[in-house]
Amino acid sequence: MTGRRYGIESAGHAALFPPEARDRIDAILARYPTKQAALLPILWVAQETWGWISREAAEEVARIVEVSPAHVSGVLTFYTMYNLAPVGRHHLQVCTSISCHLAGAGDLVEHCRRRLGIDLGQTTPDGRFTLTEVECIAGCDRAPSMMVNDAYHEPMNAAKLDALLERLP
Amino acid sequence: MTFEPVLLARVGRDRSQDIDTYVADGGYGTLRKVLTGGGTPESVTEEVKKSGLRGRGGAGFPTGVKWGFVPKDTKGKPVYLLCNADESEPGTFKDRLLMEADPHQLLEGQILSAFALRCRTSYIYIRGEFFHGARVLVRAIEEAYREGYLGENILGSGFAHDITVHRGAGAYICGEETGLIESLEGKRGQPRIKPPFPAVFGVFGAPTIVNNVETLCCVTHIMGRGAEWFAKIGRNEKNTGPKLYCLSGAVNRPGVYEAPMGLQMKELLFGPDFGQGMKDGRKVKAVIPGGASAAMLTPEEIEDCPLDFDGLAAKKSMLGSAAIIVMNEDTCIVDAATNLAKFFSHESCGQCTPCREGTPWLYRVLSRIEAGEGRMEDIDLLEKISNQMANGMTICVFADAAIAPVLSSIGKFRDEYRYHVENKRCLVGSRTAAAVIA
Repeated sequence: MTGRRYGIESAGHAALFPPEARDRIDAILARYPTKQAALLPILWVAQETWGWISREAAEEVARIVEVSPAHVSGVLTFYTMYNLAPVGRHHLQVCTSISCHLAGAGDLVEHCRRRLGIDLGQTTPDGRFTLTEVECIAGCDRAPSMMVNDAYHEPMNAAKLDALLERLP
Repeated sequence: MTFEPVLLARVGRDRSQDIDTYVADGGYGTLRKVLTGGGTPESVTEEVKKSGLRGRGGAGFPTGVKWGFVPKDTKGKPVYLLCNADESEPGTFKDRLLMEADPHQLLEGQILSAFALRCRTSYIYIRGEFFHGARVLVRAIEEAYREGYLGENILGSGFAHDITVHRGAGAYICGEETGLIESLEGKRGQPRIKPPFPAVFGVFGAPTIVNNVETLCCVTHIMGRGAEWFAKIGRNEKNTGPKLYCLSGAVNRPGVYEAPMGLQMKELLFGPDFGQGMKDGRKVKAVIPGGASAAMLTPEEIEDCPLDFDGLAAKKSMLGSAAIIVMNEDTCIVDAATNLAKFFSHESCGQCTPCREGTPWLYRVLSRIEAGEGRMEDIDLLEKISNQMANGMTICVFADAAIAPVLSSIGKFRDEYRYHVENKRCLVGSRTAAAVIA
């Protein structure tokens, strides 16, 4: 992991949710007895809106659910799926937990690194790919398993991965 | 006597996720029968108790007994039911299948359970990675509202219930029930000190029951076909019902398999209806029977090994989430233990010192041995660290889980650790220590 998981980058402008996102946030708030319970779902809305969660977005969410920005920051750094810096168009998440590890996930990660010329936690200079290693994603019977953004690709091997990387815009 | 699948009966059916096919297959008939046929919350709880159903998430606590812990007088507070769909135990992938393939089976069980608990509002806490599962559930819930199985006055019975899908965001510990509760409240998912137990003081300070996806799916069938039918399936009266087994690793046919509770391990690995034997004819070296948190078993130990709560407890391991991970003789045990230690070191919530400091320490020492830089005393050190981390030293059982693969692998494969230290490489030889660390 890169050091930036412990700090939230600035986007350099005010984070204001577009109207469609505001409607979703209102609907989310109505499903919980406290505002704070809506924190994780609203952070998801933020990530879907901007692709990552900037300091400004975190502060805006803190205002909406009426908690301190420090609390939001604490939550953001606890969970692994919130992007605290911009990521590539295609976020490659390779599972390296035990079943995938036994099926050669380590070699798959190596293959990605070499082919993309980036290390774990990094993004290619053209902004196409970010590479991360993730813990068990419940694809163990189709190991090694990986996700690209929100979709599973399994079982994976070097040849299928090469074809996939070619295909992705 | 052949076993007809219960929980997986509809998997593979055309449009199995849709409410019309579910209803056509008899779905929601049980809910209608209970809600409009004179069923009471007490009668549902009694039936679930009689079935012997034990929680399918890992701990195996009797579900009906758990429900009984909700106080009769809640002092005006609502009761919450939380479906634990955080499925994150390495090797486990059964709930993913249940939710993606047959979401209404879960919803029906959840509504029935909510009725038993006099619960108005429930949540499905689903791990963040299950984007597809969450979409399938959201759509199924919309269908259920439209058809009158959710919302106000369900099927004219006067019972009202709402279900909301709540997505996690990547944290194994949120599968621990009080970690899940904290997370649902919009916090870091750090487990709570118990007591008070969630049934008395849970989410939003109200009585709360947390049940696993597969557990709630079982409720649908217990209420549909009766507790006696359910209790007759399985090895004995303490290990009842159909069970999903997640088989992965060095077998020919990994996958989710359903069988009566207490299926023999050898049958799961080698049976024609199950794993169909070891891949490439290799030999079994070790099996993890219940997810990363369960002690490894040797080939001798998997002889006469019923896969149920008591069968595996007798082997000093556990059924856990019924994730059976098979390793063959090409697997370096030190490498496998290092991988598991890395997982626990990454996932420790950081709250208790023995776990926060112990899990990365175990990982560092194991990595050192794996890299061929270990010392003989490191093996004893691993045992010493482990014994100081768990057994009541921490708020939750995460540390107990973290040490299980370390202690069991050293206890059963000590020679392999020694070989690593003495020869600075793996016993299995296919991967040299230098190649692994590079």
